[in-house]
Amino acid sequence: MLEVIIISSIKVLTVVIVVLTCCAYSTLLERKLVAYMQHRLGPIYAGPWGLLQPIADAIKLMFKEDLVPDRVERTLYTLAPILSFVPSLLVFAVVPFSSDFTLFGYDVTGVISDLNIGVLWVFMITGFGVYGVVLAGWSSGSKWSLLGGIRSSAQMISYELSYGLSIVGVILLANTLSMTEIVGQQDSIFSWYIFRQPLGFILFFTCAVAETNRAPFDMAEAESELVGGYHTEYSSMRFASFFVGEYANMLAASAVAATLFLGGWQGPLLPPIVWMMLKVFFGMFIFIWLRGTLPRFRYDQLMNFGWKVLFPLALLNTMVTGLIVMLTNGTN
Amino acid sequence: MNLDTVIFFAAAVVAVFGATMMIAQKNPIASALYLILSLVAQAILYVQLGGLFLGSILIVVYAGAIMVLFLFVIMLLNLRSSDDLGPPPPALGRFTKYAFGILLSVELIVIVKAARMPSKATGVLGFPVEDFGSVKAVSTQMFTTYVYPLELTGILMLIAVVGAVVIAKKENNAQVSDDSGSDRPAKKQVS
Amino acid sequence: MFEDFYPILFLVALATFLGVALTVMSIILGRRTKLGKKFDPYECGMEPVGTTKDPVPVHFFMIAISFILFDLEVIFLLPWAVVARDLGWFGFGAISIFVVIILVGYVYELGRGALTWE
Repeated sequence: MLEVIIISSIKVLTVVIVVLTCCAYSTLLERKLVAYMQHRLGPIYAGPWGLLQPIADAIKLMFKEDLVPDRVERTLYTLAPILSFVPSLLVFAVVPFSSDFTLFGYDVTGVISDLNIGVLWVFMITGFGVYGVVLAGWSSGSKWSLLGGIRSSAQMISYELSYGLSIVGVILLANTLSMTEIVGQQDSIFSWYIFRQPLGFILFFTCAVAETNRAPFDMAEAESELVGGYHTEYSSMRFASFFVGEYANMLAASAVAATLFLGGWQGPLLPPIVWMMLKVFFGMFIFIWLRGTLPRFRYDQLMNFGWKVLFPLALLNTMVTGLIVMLTNGTN
Repeated sequence: MNLDTVIFFAAAVVAVFGATMMIAQKNPIASALYLILSLVAQAILYVQLGGLFLGSILIVVYAGAIMVLFLFVIMLLNLRSSDDLGPPPPALGRFTKYAFGILLSVELIVIVKAARMPSKATGVLGFPVEDFGSVKAVSTQMFTTYVYPLELTGILMLIAVVGAVVIAKKENNAQVSDDSGSDRPAKKQVS
Repeated sequence: MFEDFYPILFLVALATFLGVALTVMSIILGRRTKLGKKFDPYECGMEPVGTTKDPVPVHFFMIAISFILFDLEVIFLLPWAVVARDLGWFGFGAISIFVVIILVGYVYELGRGALTWE
């Protein structure tokens, strides 16, 4: 029993450290990629290819003045970045990052916890993401924050619907909510659910972009109209909490997309963990590519798109998948 | 005392603490947050009792959706503290408040006393049947035995949609007519 | 079954610790000066005008309540999806009727323009 506890504790620690490191380097990846898309070089001075840039940024942020404006409501203002940061890490609890493996003679499962409600867990945690945004906007005592906070929270809940609905198609095919089992079913490339749920994947990823408040749905940071959105009044590591939370959410969304649609850690030749990393990287690349390519939506377009296009499409996708599953019942 | 029991008591204490603080807070947003805390603790209790699906639904629907609505309503009315709700109720109002409080507590105690507890429960964490409370078990029941209540829930939600639209849109149209004064609102209602 | 949640509880604790640590770190490490008007809320360099006490538009309320209702629908669809094959056509019929009922509400909202952002 003690052995199990120690193994899973080490696993949790490793996952958290890896995720946070990936968050830091995602910022570099984003700056580099966007720079190349715009014929610039991006960060080059801190280390070779700017590899030390994230560390320099982190140290700079740590020693920045922790400025708390006068009009804030202190308790909620302090709570908001924490509430935004914590849920972003929790999604990784159910994401299988590798097959089961043996390390130093101990059997280790490739997931922190194989809940049999894994998909529901993702849905649960996504729901909590709204609170950090709402509270930051509300407690900052600034007009930009309030507008940014309420806009992005309304956006997040609107897209959460289609986010949930787009997964139902996969569940219909998989007949389980356990992430590990879903990965297990995608053991050859052609059984990846993206080929049977192409619309589902597109819907899922679109909603994921909106959920994480990324371009082209980045209402929270619509600099030209809302300054910094809900984190206008935040500085120092409090701001960094929001920032890390955003990148951890992107990583989580990529990881969930990889698990549900791209076969998770399954893949030929390379070790499972490498496949998982590659697929998450692919997701991150799309996130950054979208940011480098698309102009920002106007807020009314964004809400209408979510409610009038994505939601009916997701529902249609679900019901059609349901019908197909019914028709092929027994043969599949 | 094993770890499960410790978690059970911790969750139970947090649930009650959250509920109490929710009432005691002056700031409505803080009240809402304490309610969320209480709900999360209750979800842990559900899961410990085997109601895995029920626990997750409690989080998704109550903590994730309904509480967001509460926060939006608080923001909509811009309640910064309970003082914004207006002057405290008069003496009679306060008396009825306490009277109802006591009545409800008495009722609660009576219900708990009268409830038929399983005569020999297998401890706090025992499950009555295999697969109890799992998603499969709950949904099979939901779509076979309780399929009529399910459809009725759908109709209830339909009514709620209509009610919400009627309340919210009426106000909106009134604003439009204040602004423009033209025949636009009338046209709108037809469409 | 609850053993599955032990690692998750540990993860929650660790994440909360890190979240609090980040905030505490900024309080300890940051230099502080009390100068000028920098404690005013940001307003593009102008003197702050008005308050944040203006009520939020009712439309956001409409969005939130629609979200709850359709979220419940998703919550009913998820368990059906898990057992869809076992339930067969009966389950499909049941959920279809349910979805159609909800769709009536959706179409009504569309018709009344409740989901249109003006």
